[in-house]
Amino acid sequence: MIPHDTLGYLPETPSQTAGPYVHIGLIPKQAGFDIFANNLGEALFGPDTEGERIRIEGRIFDGTGALVRDALVEIWQADAHGRFDHPADRQPGPRDAGFRGWGRTGTDFETGLWAFETIKPGRIAGRSGHGRMAPHISLWIVARGINLGLATRLYFGDEAEANAEDPVLRIVEQPDRRRTLIATPSLRDGGTVYTFDIRLQGDNETVFFDI
Amino acid sequence: MHADSEFVARDPAAHPPALTPIYKTSVFRAPHRPLLSLQNSLSEVTGPAFGQHELGPLDNDLVRNYAQAGGAPVGERIIVHGRVLDGSARPVPGVLVEFWQANAGGRYRHRNDNYDAPIDPNFGGCGRCLTDAEGRYAFRTVKPGPYPYRNRVNDWRPAHIHFSVFGSGFAQRLITQMYFEGDPLIRHDSILQTVPDPAAQQRLVALLDLNASVPLHTLAYRWDIVLRGGRSTLFENRLQGN
Repeated sequence: MIPHDTLGYLPETPSQTAGPYVHIGLIPKQAGFDIFANNLGEALFGPDTEGERIRIEGRIFDGTGALVRDALVEIWQADAHGRFDHPADRQPGPRDAGFRGWGRTGTDFETGLWAFETIKPGRIAGRSGHGRMAPHISLWIVARGINLGLATRLYFGDEAEANAEDPVLRIVEQPDRRRTLIATPSLRDGGTVYTFDIRLQGDNETVFFDI
Repeated sequence: MHADSEFVARDPAAHPPALTPIYKTSVFRAPHRPLLSLQNSLSEVTGPAFGQHELGPLDNDLVRNYAQAGGAPVGERIIVHGRVLDGSARPVPGVLVEFWQANAGGRYRHRNDNYDAPIDPNFGGCGRCLTDAEGRYAFRTVKPGPYPYRNRVNDWRPAHIHFSVFGSGFAQRLITQMYFEGDPLIRHDSILQTVPDPAAQQRLVALLDLNASVPLHTLAYRWDIVLRGGRSTLFENRLQGN
């Protein structure tokens, strides 16, 4: 039904915006109703998960500086050992079997805040020929007005040494732009909170990746 | 896709650009700076997997999954089915497909939707399933109605169903919309027109599939989804993948 191209490949299905009501399908509770027994992506860790409990949070701003209050944010990350719950990860060493590493949430309709309670990931092998990557969390953002999901990474402000060696941060040429990927740590109620604001457009625009 | 493949680069021409002034909200939500291209690392080729045990038995039946006892939603009952394939036309099995939509009158069950068409007490408007071993997905629902929205003065969305699809890697993550064959609103739709290539727009249109309908009960539409494929690569200095 889908025509192949001249080399016999199928073209990827085009992206479309997730729209303002993305919550209905992906976080129905936020849309205002309860339907599924199991809401996917709500909790990242359980009581047995290894690693340091952290909170990451932030807001998303549009090109006028206004809050984006209808976005959906998903994260994907390695466990405390720097291992992914996926067969392609053949790094040696232990892996935390109780940690999937994926979560999703919506920005708050009033405050625009998004947040995840998760664990701090370990360092991860880079591509062949590259050094290890610094601890980071992959983010994927969709919303009304965003035609194709935006991919970025959150790095940690208290990992200066690892960040300096990170093969992805190093290809961001401008130091000011590199800083848009680094979350600021602070202490709250005895735990560490990393603040990561995202600017879609304009001054201090967050680096987004074509992955 | 093989565990050691990385993904073929996304073809920007297949997708809407970020800035599409015909869809006004994109104007202040589009990055101005170019995306920074990353060669895939483990962070991009890996992604979450989901199991059938995480889903409920009615999760792919929108006719029943929010209906009150003895009730059923108003509207044209349809089956929507198809396959999730990769760029090499291979099925993508075991991946999560989620979908959401308005009811037969074009009203969404969402606290921010104040369109005056009524909520259907027997319709939630969302569901999900995993693809089977051949990459097939299927669900039952009612055909959504068109929906007016604030863009141009008189913009109406064609009947559409939103889809969210996972592949095996986070770089395959895709959200899109499916439209219905023959809908005259399609050619007026600002959001579909964010996709520059008319042939690519057509790939978002589901076809009426009488062969899959249930006589005297339910019509059917078929729509296939293509995710980015894998390619061989020099992971760990060995040719691997596909």
